[in-house]
Amino acid sequence: MTEDFERLTVASLSRHYGRRKALSKVTFTCSSGDIVGLLGPNGAGKSTLLAILGTLLAPSEGRVEYGATTADAGGAALRARIGMLGHDLFLYPELTAHENLTFFGRLYGVKDASTRALQALERAGLGERAHDAVSGFSRGMRQRVALERALLHQPRLLLLDEPFTGLDQASTGALVGRLREEQARGVLTVLATHDLDVVDGLLTRELFLRNGRLMEVDAGEGSLRDRYRAAIATA
Amino acid sequence: MRDFVRVAWLVVRKDLMVEARSLEVVSTTLFFALTVVLVFAFGLVVEGRPVDDVAAAILWIATAFSGTLALGRTFERERQADTLRALMLAPADRPAIYAGKLAGMLLLMGLVELVLVPLVGLLFQAPIFAHPLLLAGLLLAGTTGFAAVGTLFAAMLVRARSRDVMLPILLYPITVPVMIAGVRGTAALFQGTPDEGLAQFWMALLLFFDVVFVTLALWTFEPVMTE
Repeated sequence: MTEDFERLTVASLSRHYGRRKALSKVTFTCSSGDIVGLLGPNGAGKSTLLAILGTLLAPSEGRVEYGATTADAGGAALRARIGMLGHDLFLYPELTAHENLTFFGRLYGVKDASTRALQALERAGLGERAHDAVSGFSRGMRQRVALERALLHQPRLLLLDEPFTGLDQASTGALVGRLREEQARGVLTVLATHDLDVVDGLLTRELFLRNGRLMEVDAGEGSLRDRYRAAIATA
Repeated sequence: MRDFVRVAWLVVRKDLMVEARSLEVVSTTLFFALTVVLVFAFGLVVEGRPVDDVAAAILWIATAFSGTLALGRTFERERQADTLRALMLAPADRPAIYAGKLAGMLLLMGLVELVLVPLVGLLFQAPIFAHPLLLAGLLLAGTTGFAAVGTLFAAMLVRARSRDVMLPILLYPITVPVMIAGVRGTAALFQGTPDEGLAQFWMALLLFFDVVFVTLALWTFEPVMTE
């Protein structure tokens, strides 16, 4: 079993698709309790970086260290400590919300996965729809189920790709609250988003990406949107 | 090993639940297989008499074509919500996930064969009950070899834009030995005087292919699925 890691280190990370560079020499570190925002326009490399951090994609150059281990060395034990919400939601539409969560819970070795799945759905405000097929859910409801799927096994590293897509104001508020709870539990969250106003004040660290490169921006004053504009303008 | 079986079982069970809800793969595959057999029956059965030795070939052609369709549909389902990535992200042995997908494919193809074999027997006057265990063994061994390679390739191609074109192009050349052994072994059982010894020889060859293909697929699944 991999020890829970306190630190995530990304060093000179590059990923090429043929001649196209999706990521170029990205370097940063973050620690337990951090909520790191990956911000940038479409095609900036945010999803590629999340996929590499999630061990789904191998970097062309550079390395990622999860505490003292790497994706190759950590293997299945490391993957057990990672929760990921993709842009596609990783849910089977033919199965009910409860069946989806129970399946993934068992795959992750969660004890009493069926009961835990029901508790998670209650928490997401979907207790009454637990036994309905996911295909009948709205995008926002699916998003909430998918988030619970990513959190069911209590990961140490939480990777979220556009987690606020399709959520109404109340659900957005609930998700922000949930992320703060996970932060208090020591979870390290990395999220890619375009919802700058929502995450302003939530993020402990902002990483601005453009064309696969990290942009340097002074912390300075002003809103996150102002800093984003400044970062993108310097490209 | 226990964990390997547990994960494989979870994947098979999930695939069967999904299929039971939609009946998408079974219905399209079965319909396609029946159509293939009926079209050949119209062409190759003249005045109630089939052309000699065609039953075995028709059976395996229908199995291979419908199996390709089933492979494509099964993995298209995993692609739509990117659930194959979710399976890859899980802290499970990735070969166990492959084994689960393979077992699910075998069950689906076996179900189709349960309908195909009596139909071929009826339309082409093939003696399917002469050596039922040997026939079942040939079908199981041949289907395993075909599905072992097909499951690996279908998983590899799931994110490729031209996956529908690439799957048969990659799959058929590699599974030609399986098809030949399946057809020759089945033909040995369907001929006027069944040749059990010859059928057993082809089945042994099929089992050899199975061991090679399944071992290679289990060995290569993890590296080929890490992009």
